[in-house]
Amino acid sequence: MGLCMPTDVEEWKSEVYGQEIRDHLMEFAEEGWESIPDDEHDAWFERFKWWGLYHQRAGQESYFMMRIGTPNGVLEPGQLEVVGEVANEYARGPAENPEFGAAYADFTTRQSIQLHWIRLEDVPEVFDKLESNGLTTQQACGDSWRNIVGCPVAGKDANEVVDALPVAENLNETFKGDEDHSNLPRKWKVSVTGCREGCGQGDINDLALEPAEKNGRMGFNVRVGGGLARNEPRLARGLDVFVEPDQAEAVSGGLSALFREYGDRENRYNARMKFLVDEWGAQEVRETLQEEFVDFELERAGEDLRDQYTYNAGTGPAAGSHDHADGAAADGGVAAQYPGGDHDHIGVHPQGDDNFYVGLNVMVGRMGAADCLELAELADDYGSGEVRLTQRQNVIVTDVPESELDAFLAEPLLDDYAPDPSPFERGSIACTGTEFCSLSIVETKNRQVRFARWLKGNVDLPDGIEEFHIHLSGCTASCAQPQIADVSLRGMKTRKNGEAVEALDIGLGGGLGEDPRFADWVAQRVPADEVPGAIENLLANFAEAREDGESFREFVENRDEETLAELIEPEETSYTDPYMHNTKLTWYPYAEEDDMDDGPAPVASDDYPVESDD
Amino acid sequence: MTAPLRVLDDGAWLSVSDSRAVGVGELWRLSGFCECEQADFVVEGFTGTGVDGRTVEVRAYGTCIVCNEEGPTDWLPVGRLVDTDTPRRTDGERGVFHKLANSAPAAGAGSRGATEQPATRSGSSENL
Repeated sequence: MGLCMPTDVEEWKSEVYGQEIRDHLMEFAEEGWESIPDDEHDAWFERFKWWGLYHQRAGQESYFMMRIGTPNGVLEPGQLEVVGEVANEYARGPAENPEFGAAYADFTTRQSIQLHWIRLEDVPEVFDKLESNGLTTQQACGDSWRNIVGCPVAGKDANEVVDALPVAENLNETFKGDEDHSNLPRKWKVSVTGCREGCGQGDINDLALEPAEKNGRMGFNVRVGGGLARNEPRLARGLDVFVEPDQAEAVSGGLSALFREYGDRENRYNARMKFLVDEWGAQEVRETLQEEFVDFELERAGEDLRDQYTYNAGTGPAAGSHDHADGAAADGGVAAQYPGGDHDHIGVHPQGDDNFYVGLNVMVGRMGAADCLELAELADDYGSGEVRLTQRQNVIVTDVPESELDAFLAEPLLDDYAPDPSPFERGSIACTGTEFCSLSIVETKNRQVRFARWLKGNVDLPDGIEEFHIHLSGCTASCAQPQIADVSLRGMKTRKNGEAVEALDIGLGGGLGEDPRFADWVAQRVPADEVPGAIENLLANFAEAREDGESFREFVENRDEETLAELIEPEETSYTDPYMHNTKLTWYPYAEEDDMDDGPAPVASDDYPVESDD
Repeated sequence: MTAPLRVLDDGAWLSVSDSRAVGVGELWRLSGFCECEQADFVVEGFTGTGVDGRTVEVRAYGTCIVCNEEGPTDWLPVGRLVDTDTPRRTDGERGVFHKLANSAPAAGAGSRGATEQPATRSGSSENL
């Protein structure tokens, strides 16, 4: 038996972590990038994550990704304008992105915001600007409570069954900055859902509160141990616990404390809650929670609403579904022209008051800084100024009176961020990719934009198929949530004509809903330029082979992997892919001179590249 | 001389002396990983690191794109630590890492026994 050794990360965390990192961060920022001792880079960059700063990949040293956590995706009036201003002023790098320009913000699958090319020296000013407007980067990354996700129209939805937004907000306020929960073995992802559609995506979170009824009382059933990363996807498992909204804090804190005490700090690969639930089983987690971490009797689970879930359920807008847009069709108004809000919140939908919310498609979640500023202005002009972010990387403008809808929908900005996009555009999700990320194996965002553009122009969905999700993740970390898409794409490499090229594994048939399932990976290492052709052929083969009324997900479920693999026929088409080369070995994939040695990083505080000393 | 070796960021890269040395996403030619005479191996993640003399080694996880075999490798050499007189901004001497050409481990790498450990370790292997 070997000795149990704490990891380096745990050692660093035991020395300085949580709130106290900020003083050091500010000192380094004041004195400049070069003031971080060379032999402490790994430690400090690990710690900076707790404050939302993630050092960009090789070739981009001294630049940081900055993540802003927006609980439940809610950007209060004025906050999107602040994000746009910060992006415009501080998120400008040494090269432009050919699709998105020089400054932009990314909306993530956890309803957060990411900015890139942030300089350490600018952090104090950026923090001042964000925090004076109620925004924070605290705990956006690192080993603690991450941004809490939920139904993006919580509190606005006409059919919400539990008032979830105050619960999510209270958890955020309680556990952001709480020293007892600031140093966990690993990240802690929480979802709070109060709607009937299941769009909080609780199944893929460490802790999920999902709507349930018990003896006439509404509250939440508790699930734990979901997650997608590292080729080890898990669905959250029921704890057989029901909580009323006012107990959510105690039970959530108890579970976080249980994870703090019993999670694996010796092996970060094994540290996530999903592995503890694997090891113990849900019953032992429940018993330990009861015995050690809560001081009241836990109630057994109530009756959940999972059989009503429609969000990403693979069924399309089924008759009788409890659509967020329920009632829209009946009133014959403008909302009736935007079906499908039950699966992605895109389009025009009625709120619980007399107003409407308008979901806009943001391709791969990336919006130019100028567009952020313009959208903030439109939200202010036509709605309350509030904007919300969805887990499908899109935005929602809330509180639009019916009388303002036509004028809002006629705004030119909505030509680019459409309330009625093609299924391929609204179904697209992509992670950060090799543009900035150390983990990714391939370029993602620009490629996914090009995929969607080509598919929109060249491929029709078979009859009756109205939603079709294609998620592109650059690696197994699964930030684009590929396992819960109709077509899952994951970055790989292969050789084509002897040359190493970027490639994608293809999975099929994943999704959430009452019976969530992860995609079956049926094709390996398809050269990226043959993927649109593969999807075109797959859809044609599906249209031909499907049984009457069979949804795509049912079609996949009903066939074995071998059969499915034969339906994917990769081939070159008119689609062209400018990112086939090894983008990971460039300093920036879109730079004219893209060799690693051509990049300017690291950049010193006085704007000149730091002289290399070895 | 000490040269901390760490695998960081979910196995995305090998840090040598607090600098990024080798990252995921490359294709390596390996012997002994699978039935292929020479595997064409996509590096998807690093699971550990150590040193054998001055040779820096890693264990990687990935897939041979010729035969589809996937899994962890044995210890693979990826570079050498070399003393330096180059002044650094911090106190103390530290090793300089010379990466092997194209990161590709030498032919025959991967044939070491799976249970064999590197002779010495500086710093600790690290998983994130």
